[in-house]
Amino acid sequence: MLAYLIRRLLYAVPILLGVNLLTFALFFFVNSPDDMARIQLGVKRVTPEAIAQWKAERGYDKPLVYNDKAAGLQRVTDTIFYRHSLRLFAFDFGRSDEGRDIGYDIRQRMWPSLAIALPTFLVGVLAYVTFALILAFFRGMYLDTVGVVVCVILMSVSALFYVIGGQYLASKLLHLVPISGYGGGVDAFKFIVLPVVIGVVSGIGGNTRLYRTFFLEEIGKDYVRTARAKGLSEARVLFRHVLKNALIPILTGVVVVIPLLFIGSLIMESFFGIPGLGSYTIDAINSQDFAIVRAMVFLGSVLYIVGLILTDFSYTLVDPRVRLS
Amino acid sequence: MPIQFVFLWTDALIYVLLAVVSVFVVYAVRHEHLRAPWSQVARRPLAMGALVVLLAYVAIGLLDSVHYRERLAKQDQYAAEVKSLLDTLLQPLRTRTERTYSAPFAIHAFTSETVDKPDGTRERAYPRLKYGGAHLATADERAGDIGRRTARALGTAVLVWLLALGVFVYWRRLPGDDYRAAVMRFIRGGERIPWRTIWATTGVLLLVLSCGVYLSPYYHVLGTDQVGIDVLYKSLKSVRTGLVIGTLTTLVMLPFALVFGVAAGYFRGWIDDVIQYTYTTLSSIPGVLLIAAAILSLQVYMATHPESFDNVVVRADTRLLFLCAILGVTSWTSLCRLLRGETLKLRELDYIGAARALGVTSARIMTRHLFPNVMHVVLITVVLDFSGLVLAEAVLSYVGVGVDPSMESWGNMINGARLEMAREPMVWWTLAAAFVFMFGLVLAANLFADAVRDAFDPRLRR
Repeated sequence: MLAYLIRRLLYAVPILLGVNLLTFALFFFVNSPDDMARIQLGVKRVTPEAIAQWKAERGYDKPLVYNDKAAGLQRVTDTIFYRHSLRLFAFDFGRSDEGRDIGYDIRQRMWPSLAIALPTFLVGVLAYVTFALILAFFRGMYLDTVGVVVCVILMSVSALFYVIGGQYLASKLLHLVPISGYGGGVDAFKFIVLPVVIGVVSGIGGNTRLYRTFFLEEIGKDYVRTARAKGLSEARVLFRHVLKNALIPILTGVVVVIPLLFIGSLIMESFFGIPGLGSYTIDAINSQDFAIVRAMVFLGSVLYIVGLILTDFSYTLVDPRVRLS
Repeated sequence: MPIQFVFLWTDALIYVLLAVVSVFVVYAVRHEHLRAPWSQVARRPLAMGALVVLLAYVAIGLLDSVHYRERLAKQDQYAAEVKSLLDTLLQPLRTRTERTYSAPFAIHAFTSETVDKPDGTRERAYPRLKYGGAHLATADERAGDIGRRTARALGTAVLVWLLALGVFVYWRRLPGDDYRAAVMRFIRGGERIPWRTIWATTGVLLLVLSCGVYLSPYYHVLGTDQVGIDVLYKSLKSVRTGLVIGTLTTLVMLPFALVFGVAAGYFRGWIDDVIQYTYTTLSSIPGVLLIAAAILSLQVYMATHPESFDNVVVRADTRLLFLCAILGVTSWTSLCRLLRGETLKLRELDYIGAARALGVTSARIMTRHLFPNVMHVVLITVVLDFSGLVLAEAVLSYVGVGVDPSMESWGNMINGARLEMAREPMVWWTLAAAFVFMFGLVLAANLFADAVRDAFDPRLRR
């Protein structure tokens, strides 16, 4: 198990290096730091001195990958690539183009993100599995057909509609919860409820239908017939046998996203004014703060790879046949 | 020449796509193994109804994909403005802009203004619109006028529909059928292709179209937006953007996914390792962030190379194409993985071994023997991805990394209408129009995709 973990972590290194190279190429080869400086400074204040100063303040005045003016190891380390991209491996995110400490911002902002994303995820999975089981129980019947049609209709509605419609209904018409914002402590609850409900509802159509197909695939198998032949009730067959075996395909899609919950959701956080990592990223995109976008791309990839490894481990939990080696 | 055609990049690719689809249709008709699943699709009433709706959207999109410049009246040159066929058809909608917001079917402005009265005093009032209901003398006539025009529109639609249906029934009659028998057979249904559903959907579309034709020259049927542009016009223009994102993304990514996926599965060894490494790396970056990073880079590039993007339309088009490409990069990986798995299974089969023993080259084995046998995977992925891409466009435009802000798209409409929700009374029509148009396209695509998957997925085939 440990050997497997170590091998997977080693395998992650070249992937993260690739991610780094890709973002580095996007931000520094396609566009030079000079271009960035011009955009950031605005048209009016562009002078060669201003650009040079902007670059020097942020450390973008060094050569890209190879410094022929320096000596020894510094030839590689005294470059933009080493200072701004390779440092990410040590989770040293550096400073944003505005001069803020990105690492500090991330540590501050991941908690609000998590406060929204984690309940959404847990309630969501529970709701989707329940609904899918109900549909699978009534398969081939009127209720199942209606349920699938409703699912298709729900998944055809834009996620933005759920957010805007939900905000209008719950906050403007019924005055149940504040329309947006975030507070700490017990106060946080009233801010969290609406985003969580909307997050769950917006995923209900697609996921319920997906899980239903997983269940139906298992229901057709021989062991289910055997279980029925033993005289087990249909509910027992569904919960004890079908649910357990359908967990593998469900886990494949579900566990990967658990680490990504830290990053939060872009739309939810920006609509509800939650000071999490999602709105952080959106703000960075809108103000064209490249340092933050780079850091978030790297963080996202790391979390995704962690999710893949977690998925493998979760298989061993639900399926005793799977051994990691 | 009174006009000069302008070929945008996305236009050219749409024509290519159209050609590919036509060739595929001809090919599918001639080959039994493709005709069988497609005729299974054609037997599903829901799928055929959805297809009619999809075709209506495609027709709007195609009309909007023929661009040209008009020759100016006096000078010997062409106008700088690039128009499409759809713009010309919707000329009245396009040019009749109000000052600012107005509600659907309104004849008074949405916001009050200070007006000078003839006797010199001033008062706050809601002025009449410049175009919306301009033919009416007083507001009381409005309901009657709308009713009369709607009735006329419905009458025309029903008449046209009945005529077309009559021709159709006459054309489909069996030898020895009298008039009554032919009609009864249509009403009873039970034919292989669900003609009744097709005609019912067509009828509904005709009604909508006819109401639009009769009412929109006199009213702003869906209201106007902040700068007074007719919302119906904006919604129709957005159809092309949605379709382009949904289809061209696939067209861009398909060659890579197909070649790399099949090559990885067929050659295995180091080629497999390299390709697997590439797609794992790409898929490990969260999609939105990769798109954001790429679009930001493009923005900077465009800002620093203004000479290559002199025209607004060209700039928006380049960005749209780039968005398709980068969406393709993020969505290619899942198809590539599927194709690799499928090829791994196929390469062990006897007919591939036989081909290899006969000395057929690897390239030929891949093109002749592997590509056709993984096509069902490609087809299912393509149709299933379409609706997701249309929805993704809205979210991306909202985040600010979608299509160019100057381009009409449902995402931009929603994004622009975000603050209107907070107004009192609320400006709801832009949002509603964008959501309804998007919902129609996505629902139709989902229903059609379901039927295609059921017909082509060997696991579901009975």
